[in-house]
Formats: sequence, structure tokens, C-alpha cells
Amino acid sequence: MKKQKIAKQIWRNRQLYLFLLLPVLYIIIFHYVPMGGIVIAFEDYRARKGIWGSEWVGLENFIKFFNSYDCKRIIRNTLILSVYTIAAGFPIPICFALIINSVRSEKFKKVTQTIVTLPHFISVTVMVGILMNVFSNRTGLYGIIGMMLTGEYPADILGSPSAFRHLYVWSGVWQEFGWGSIIYTAALSSVDPEYHEAAQIDGASRLQRIIHIDFPSILPTVVIMLILRMGTVMSIGFEKVYLMQNSLNIEASSIISTYVYNVGLASQGNTDLSYATAIGLFNSVINLIMITVVNKIADKVGETSLW
Amino acid sequence: MSLLAKKSSIGKKPRLGWRDKLFYGICYLIIAVLTLTVLYPILYVVAASLSSASALLSGKVWLWPVDVTFVGYNAILKYKEVWIGYRNTIFYTATGTFINICMTMLCAYPLARKNLYGRKPIMMIFTFTMLFSGGMIPNYILIKNLHMLNSVWSLLLPGAMSVYNMIVARTFIQNNIPGEILESTQIDGCSDTQFFFKMVLPLSKSIIAVLGLWYAVGHWNSYFNAFLYLTDENLYPLQIFLRDILLSSQLSSDIEDPDAIAQMRTVQLVLKYAMIVVSTAPLFAFYPFVQKYFVKGVMIGSVKG
Repeated sequence: MKKQKIAKQIWRNRQLYLFLLLPVLYIIIFHYVPMGGIVIAFEDYRARKGIWGSEWVGLENFIKFFNSYDCKRIIRNTLILSVYTIAAGFPIPICFALIINSVRSEKFKKVTQTIVTLPHFISVTVMVGILMNVFSNRTGLYGIIGMMLTGEYPADILGSPSAFRHLYVWSGVWQEFGWGSIIYTAALSSVDPEYHEAAQIDGASRLQRIIHIDFPSILPTVVIMLILRMGTVMSIGFEKVYLMQNSLNIEASSIISTYVYNVGLASQGNTDLSYATAIGLFNSVINLIMITVVNKIADKVGETSLW
Repeated sequence: MSLLAKKSSIGKKPRLGWRDKLFYGICYLIIAVLTLTVLYPILYVVAASLSSASALLSGKVWLWPVDVTFVGYNAILKYKEVWIGYRNTIFYTATGTFINICMTMLCAYPLARKNLYGRKPIMMIFTFTMLFSGGMIPNYILIKNLHMLNSVWSLLLPGAMSVYNMIVARTFIQNNIPGEILESTQIDGCSDTQFFFKMVLPLSKSIIAVLGLWYAVGHWNSYFNAFLYLTDENLYPLQIFLRDILLSSQLSSDIEDPDAIAQMRTVQLVLKYAMIVVSTAPLFAFYPFVQKYFVKGVMIGSVKG
């Protein structure tokens, strides 16, 4: 009886399932098949023999990675870069949103918001291009200013491991803080004005109202955004780091994703796809654990969670 | 009396105390400083692209172009690759966005229907891909085995749909197309397909615009897939050529002849700045007109259904 009912319901919605056919095929082919491809992390993969014909080696690739000279360095670099990015990039949009929300001129608000969100649309390639040109110690603004102040070309910071992280993080902040603040300004716009009116009558200053009304009302959004960010702590994007990487700053700029690329695809004729996949898998698993754990914590502490 | 005072204060801007005045002053100052920090590098790049290299190198260019020339822009016009790149990028953006929208809406609508049997597990199949992925190498092997290396499909199909955007669309449909409309049209004998084309799509115009813009910007700026999967220059999008022009052709400092260096610098340096302007200007010019759609999208995305 119940089965019949379900079958009837499915039959009635048959067109809807037809709609889903293409997207489901897509997700299987382009997302789940590569997940299956992860098995090569446990093999000595040879393209000639294929995924099923290659020799099984168990955890050898992982052991090789954990014992390698680079392992500690790239994990450390990935973590430092990521934590630095969050530490610098997370609070600024919140502060900016709180400040711009308290400004009373709508026109001023609108113009500044347009300007500060613009850099979000600059592509990674162009962004790194701007960095390379503006911070060139010969031809860039940096070099020119250094020349004017000291009479000689300043040190090359594009090829300096210690400067790499600052350049990476702060150019990212420059690019994203305006865009990142949108979600908070949206949350702030839904704060009931009656709270503000009541507080004003009680003689609260604007700053006090920010601390006691505005900030608490966006706190749930802040928590969710922080969860999202923490979950991605080990998944720093490949593109920007790779483009900023050069032989001089490699010590600080070699992170997991660029390392995977260099081991797996870049070195001509000398690639180790299995080894690279193993490193990638190690990274994906950590990401998965991170986002699950962080979500559990937020669920307990803040009564807000992603799912 | 106190009630009266309360009433009259509502709707009027109350007079500011000195603390609030100071506070607003600091607010405006912070915003102004941040806005200028964002604006200045952009203005500098534009000014540099229009200045002569010698003015640039002697530190005369700060905000406005000095010795205005169009050397850089002329050099770009002669760059065959830039035109190929532009052509390809426009193709990838248009076709890719079209595929994205079709897939996203096809997927979002059935999943927005609460009475769809198996909705939860199907949803799980999609959301899990946001948490875990095969990674760079298995993706590469897949594209290779599908014989899509060096074909336009390698840029169009792997990202045919973003699960995040699909969820945004689904939330929108759930919140904006009431179930009553569906019920009443079903009584009139309207099929799901008819309902999708005649009601859902027209009523979802605004979300389609939002997602279309997001997808389009993504295609315009995307670099990674082309970088991994393409080796044929005729298929390269603009971003790949940009990398070659902006980054790879760094001046090597071991050229001895100072005249040669100077010669190379004059064109190359200005060309790079001009290139940045030419590749980014379309997005910047377009953005203020569609800003509200982008902002709207972020807001819909922040409300989970």
C-alpha cells in the first residue's frame, strides 16, 4: 500500500525527475567520478595501465609524504598563510559594515560601497599583475618611492619569503573587504529601528548603540561566516599563490595545492600522479574534518549552524 | 509629558551630543581613508597606462597622467594574442553562462518542490560535493580520459553548475513562488514542464539575472581550468595571455646594454599598465549599473532555505 503510494507520487512528478537528470549526471561525472579517482593515491598509477590495472601500494604514498623534507614546510606554510588571511581579513569587513551602517548620508554610503566593492571583480591574474608592477623595486611605485627617499633601489620584496605573506594577505584584504562587508550591511539593515529609538531616548550614544544593538544583532551572521572560514583553513586557493610564486620566495610560498601541482603535473616527464593525489587527499580529508568539527562546535555554543 | 516628548522625537533626527559628533567625525574619516586606499592603486594604474615610461620611472606620476601618450594602448592593438584572448573569453563567458543558468534552474526547481520524493537524499548528493572533492589530479585524469584536454568543453563542462548557486536559486523559488499558484494551475491541467517554462522562469527573472552575473564574472576572470587543460594558443582565454604579458615577461636584469633596457622598458612597462586597464575596464564600467543585483544575490544567498 505504502509502496504504491510512493510509486504513484514518483510517477506524478516524473517530469521533475527528468529535469534532474542532467544535473545529477553532471554531478556524478564531474564530481563523484574524480572522488573515485582518489584510489590512485593508494596505487603506483601508470597512465598506460589505467586506474584498475596499476599496482596497489597501500599507504606507501602517504608514508613517503609524511617522511619527506617538504611535508612539514608546506603544511606550515599553508596554515600560516590561511590563519593570517583569516586574522586580517575577517574582522575588517565587520568593522567596516558597522561603521558605514552608522553613517547617515545615503549618498555617501552608496558611493563608498560601490568603490570598495570594485576590486572584488579584478581577476587573480590582473591582481598579481598589479602587485608585480606596483611593487617592483625598479620600475614600480615602491621602487620609485624608495629611490626618492634613500637614493637607491630598495630591496626586492617580490622575491622575499618574509614579505610574501604580507603581500598576499593585504592585497587580498584590499580586494575583498568591501565585498565581504555586504553580507553584514544586509544583516544590519534588518535591525529594528525601534531598538535604536528606545536606546536614544535612554541617552545611549551612537558608539554604545553599535556595541549593544548593532553588533549583537549581526553576531549570528558573524558566527556562521567564521565557521565557513574556519572550515576552509587548509584550502587556500591555488591560483594567486602560484602566480606570486618564484624561485626566490618559494620557501614561504610553497603551499599544499601548489606542491600538488608541481609534483603531479608541472615537472615534465617526471610527474608522480599517485603521490600528488595522496597529498591532495590528505588535504581534502582535513578540510572535511575541519568543517564538520567546527560546525558541531558552533551548533553547541551558538545555536547557529550550517545544516 | 514624557510620552509627548517620546512621540515628538520619533521621526526627527535627534540633536547630536559632542560624543556623537566626534564619533561621526571619526567614522567619516575611517571610511574616507579606506575608500581612498582602495581607489588610489586603481587610479595610479590608469594614470600609469597613459603616461610615458620616462615620466613613470622618474617618479613624476602620482595621480594624473604625465606626458600623455597612447603608446601602451597602441601596442595592445597590435598584439594578436589579446584579440584572440578577448574573442575566446567572450565566447566562454556567453556559452558558459548559458549552460550554467540552464543547469542551475533545471536542478533548483525540482528540489524546491517539497513534495518531491527523495528530495533530501538528492540534495545530500549535491551538497556533499561542496565539502569534499577529488582534487586537482583526479580531475585532470578525468578530463584526459574524456578526451577533453585542449577542447573548449574542458572550460565549459567541469563547472557547468555551482551547487552553491543552485541552493541560492532553490531558496529563491521556495520563497517567491507560492505553492498555491502551482496547485491552481495543476487543476487547470498544467504539467510540470509547462509550469516551469510559463511560471517559474518568468517569476525567477531577478535571480537568473543575479546568478547570470556571478557566473559571467567567474568565466571572465577564470584562469585555472584553461591553465590546466589547454595548450592550444588559439583556445586560450584572455586571462592566460594576461599572465604571459603581465608576469612572465619580467625584465631580466642580466641584460647589460643600458639602451636596450631603456628601450624595452618604455614599451613593456606602459603596455602592462594599459593591459590591466583594457582587461578590467569592461567589468568596472558595467558594475555600477548592476551593483544592486550583485548585492541582492549576496542577501538571498545568506538566507538558508
